[in-house]
Amino acid sequence: MKKRLNGLAWLLASVGFVIGLYGLYQRFTLGHRMADYGSYIPWGLWVAAYIYFIGLSAGSFLLSTLVYVARIERLEKIGKLSLFTAFACLVGALISIWLDLGHEFRVYRVVLHPNFRSMMSWMGILYSSYFLIILVELWFAMRVDLIAAGRGQGASAALARVVALGSTDTSDSAVERDRRILKVLGSIGVPLAIAFHGGVGALFGVVGARTYWHSGLTPIAFLVGALASGGALLAAIVYVWGPDRDGPAFEDMMRFLGKVVLAIVLLDLLLEVSEFFVGLYSEIPDEAIPIRAVLFGSRWYVFWVVHIFFGVLVPVWLLFRNAVLRRTGEGGRAAGAVALAGFLVAVTFMAVRLNIVIPAQINPEIAGLEYAFTGPGLKYTYLPTLGEWLVTVWVSSFSVLLFLVGYKLLPIVGRDDREVA
Amino acid sequence: MAFMDIEPQEIRRRMTEDLRRALAKPMNERHWVMVLDLAKCVGCTACTTACVAENHLPPGVVYRPVIEREIGRYPNVRKTFMPRPCMQCDNPPCVKVCPAHATWKRPDGIVEIDYDKCIGCRYCINACPYSARTFDKGFYYSDGTPYIPDYEKKPAFEYGRTWPRRNRHDSPAGNARKCTFCLHRIDKGLLPACVTTCLGDATYFGDSNDPDSLVSRLIASPRVMRLKAEFGTRPSTYYLV
Repeated sequence: MKKRLNGLAWLLASVGFVIGLYGLYQRFTLGHRMADYGSYIPWGLWVAAYIYFIGLSAGSFLLSTLVYVARIERLEKIGKLSLFTAFACLVGALISIWLDLGHEFRVYRVVLHPNFRSMMSWMGILYSSYFLIILVELWFAMRVDLIAAGRGQGASAALARVVALGSTDTSDSAVERDRRILKVLGSIGVPLAIAFHGGVGALFGVVGARTYWHSGLTPIAFLVGALASGGALLAAIVYVWGPDRDGPAFEDMMRFLGKVVLAIVLLDLLLEVSEFFVGLYSEIPDEAIPIRAVLFGSRWYVFWVVHIFFGVLVPVWLLFRNAVLRRTGEGGRAAGAVALAGFLVAVTFMAVRLNIVIPAQINPEIAGLEYAFTGPGLKYTYLPTLGEWLVTVWVSSFSVLLFLVGYKLLPIVGRDDREVA
Repeated sequence: MAFMDIEPQEIRRRMTEDLRRALAKPMNERHWVMVLDLAKCVGCTACTTACVAENHLPPGVVYRPVIEREIGRYPNVRKTFMPRPCMQCDNPPCVKVCPAHATWKRPDGIVEIDYDKCIGCRYCINACPYSARTFDKGFYYSDGTPYIPDYEKKPAFEYGRTWPRRNRHDSPAGNARKCTFCLHRIDKGLLPACVTTCLGDATYFGDSNDPDSLVSRLIASPRVMRLKAEFGTRPSTYYLV
């Protein structure tokens, strides 16, 4: 079953990668003319995809700190896996937002000439630091395994030797040093992950012109959303690619992950309900119109069907039943159910991200502006074009392939733990 | 002009004099403002068209749309027209959010963009409460035809520089763009294109630091209001309502 899921992931990601290339080709030949965003709705699908991936990354990373900082033993073996998941998602996020830029080759300016009053500049600085921390942390987490893997023959061993960067010390004191370094890096990583994902929320929250975003709750909602989606993704990934898959400890770990995800999904729902009730009650158009559009607009199903039904109700039911109620060892199917719930939450969270980015922009800032002058991009409706979807399919597939290739080549999960049922 | 003792034919001559007087001062001692008299605007959109022609704006980019509104209840209904240039805010939200230092406020109050520095993230477009910035996606009017005529590639002269449109990747294509109060004209002692083409003399321009300028007298009027004052942006564009 898990082998089949692994194969399916390879197949879907490969197909997505190839099909998505057409979107990429369009993006580089037609530029932004191929996209439906414009002047009145300047941010579209790619910005939503960016905050989606960055949330997955931050959530997954924060769970890795449970291993390296909080030293939660039952999660011990998935530390590297969660770090690597965070890395693959971060790469996806960065590509997505990079392709969204009008002048993508000037992106270096954000880091070299930052405006410290701009949240986006801070993002550039924080992402660079985060990228570095993940890489260094991954290296230290894999160092001993890399040395071991490098002793063999073949391409994988050769790669391990290169990545090990000449390190050969596998003594107990070196391993202990690695642990200490990981704890320090993880401890730096926690505020960093909170700062950058809360920062992404703040990037939207500080925009006073868009009342729907302009709330102190926005950065917090982004963080909780990150933990919900990233944690859920990890639950699904651990089920298919995690270590020790058939032992009782594995079931125990999955149920623990399930409980964590359940709690955070419910907390996220609470924040959402709070935002919507407060926004609707006062009926201030700038805020109420976007909320009404989310709940009852022409694309109501994105919220109700994709997010609420498949992203909250079904997973909550699955998690409650399998992670909370079921006793250990009973039937042995709890792990699969938790993984399915996690997968549903992780995938459908894109609906939440779309519902954050797009509706805030549908309300003309000055009534009547939409009729004042016409031209491409001067409108208040937005539906991603096929090209935009294809680019997002490519970015997602690229992230998945990055994960799969890394998983295959690097000792992200120990060889002995990999045996597939 | 009930509150102003100036003949209509005198208005433009007076504003040109104000302009020359202001230009003789150092930049940080003048503050350009625009005043729009909504009671006089007839909604002809000559200003919009003049602006598009003056700045060689491509499809989808507009600096000065005129917004039409119906007010009153049938049968007592009338239309009002509100031109909307860039407000050139004193506290511009677009400047604060720019991650690349590509936009700033000049000492004379104009918010400037360096198209060579702009990365096209469109954060400023979202941050502007007036939707005054538009995204140049690189369109030509002759898109869909076999030939792009040379006039589409003629340079724009915004912010005193030359911006040819040789291909679709050249800035300002891919950038956020906005009204500049026709800085390139002002520097030469000419009034902005929208001011000179306004049929009803509804658009005024000048230096608010000069107590004798026409605009200084206008913005002292009790009819004056600024759009979305509650945002604290302190626009340099005033409306007489």
